[in-house]
Amino acid sequence: MKYYSYFPGCSSAEGSAKAYGWSTQAVSKVLDTELIELDDWNCCGSTPYSSLNELSSLCLSARNLALAEKRGFDLVTPCSSCYVILSRTNQHLKQYPHIKAKVDEALAAGGLEYHGTVRVRHLLDVITNDVGYEPIRSKVKKDISGLKIAPYYGCQIVRPRLGFDHPELPQVLDRLITNLGGEPVPFPLKSRCCGGSLIISEEALALDLLRKLFDSAQSNGAECLVTLCPLCQTNLDAYQSRVNKRFNTHFGLPVLFFTQLMGIAFGLDEKELGLQTNIVPAAKVLARLR
Amino acid sequence: METRIRSDTFVDEISAIPGGEGIRLCIQCGTCTASCPNADRMQHTPSQLIAMARAGLRDEVLASDAPWYCLSCYLCTVRCPRGIKQTDIMHALESLAARSGKSNRRTLTPAMYRSFNHYVRSTGNLPELWFMARFYLSTNPLRAFSLMPVALSLLGHGRLSFKTRKLTPEGVRQLKAILDKAESPGGAP
Repeated sequence: MKYYSYFPGCSSAEGSAKAYGWSTQAVSKVLDTELIELDDWNCCGSTPYSSLNELSSLCLSARNLALAEKRGFDLVTPCSSCYVILSRTNQHLKQYPHIKAKVDEALAAGGLEYHGTVRVRHLLDVITNDVGYEPIRSKVKKDISGLKIAPYYGCQIVRPRLGFDHPELPQVLDRLITNLGGEPVPFPLKSRCCGGSLIISEEALALDLLRKLFDSAQSNGAECLVTLCPLCQTNLDAYQSRVNKRFNTHFGLPVLFFTQLMGIAFGLDEKELGLQTNIVPAAKVLARLR
Repeated sequence: METRIRSDTFVDEISAIPGGEGIRLCIQCGTCTASCPNADRMQHTPSQLIAMARAGLRDEVLASDAPWYCLSCYLCTVRCPRGIKQTDIMHALESLAARSGKSNRRTLTPAMYRSFNHYVRSTGNLPELWFMARFYLSTNPLRAFSLMPVALSLLGHGRLSFKTRKLTPEGVRQLKAILDKAESPGGAP
């Protein structure tokens, strides 16, 4: 059994991507990996905080890192945005001593201190590099061969360069899909942006980015997409009908969290994986597997 | 050999924000602009913004809608041959624009960010439904109607809740103490 501190992030905790949180826990149990939720964690502040108030953004993350440091395990998050924000806080505190002094002072006001020892990891990194493909293959119970999947990484798991996969043409998720028995299709736009939170303030612009992603996935023969970020999944899934309406297209591509795909291959209960919360239903694609 | 660096207040301001210091290294090759998914929507391209900032055009840069169209996808940052962190520079410009108090009427993104930060600041958590409601009410409530189908399908699939996760009262107090200190005079970098 391997232990980690777990930082679900707001969407995967009790928010719009709760199925990501459920399937993460379900899959990690199968893989003898214990994700212990960080007590009383706070929102990382994401892009809005780091855009408007740099120091407070660092302090929001530093509180979480300080709480995790007391436990001593790596801090794992399934959310790409939390991953970038927490990681860059670590980097900034190392790189800018004068900023670290200010963050230390603020933390002290809350009775906390942080010494910079927590390693921040994305869940996909932990599953593919710590658990590894061999144990994953040994847990596969259901044949998903022939299922054509577009592996969608989005931006922030690979950029800025955090050293865990190639910043533009990552491969880890492709390899995971292959090891589960599925077929990753070539997907040139695999790490292009889904529009992120601008889907709320500048919808037209984000829908255009989404249309390009669906186009690329479908024209390469994908029957569904698999992703690893709560915001990417919500944009691709909940706004797919808006894309169809705006561009007069007929996409009907289910969008699964990679943990949901793993759970399906492991033969876990679909309810436990939260498949009922997926808006573009995956049933038709999955029915073929039975 | 001693190198003298020209002192520009605006460039100094940007350089003082972590990640902004690379602005002096730009060679105007345009790689960032060519990589940006949104460059064609921006009033000024990323490389233009840098050139303008270095020319000291503070008001023009801070009034530009360009930084608000940054998706934080970091493609420019990983491709820049000079190792400049353009995404961080965009964030630096957003924070300086916000601090200058000028509102930007060309984009709703500042209002969206403010709504997001309001909840994070006061609760330590992001209640997605309330965050969106606050944003639409503060900008264009009528737009909320056109988005009803999306909201309803999220609600129908159990993905938006009225109830939200809460920190413990001690956690809320601790976070408030930390942020109050960070935002006290002399706090902001």
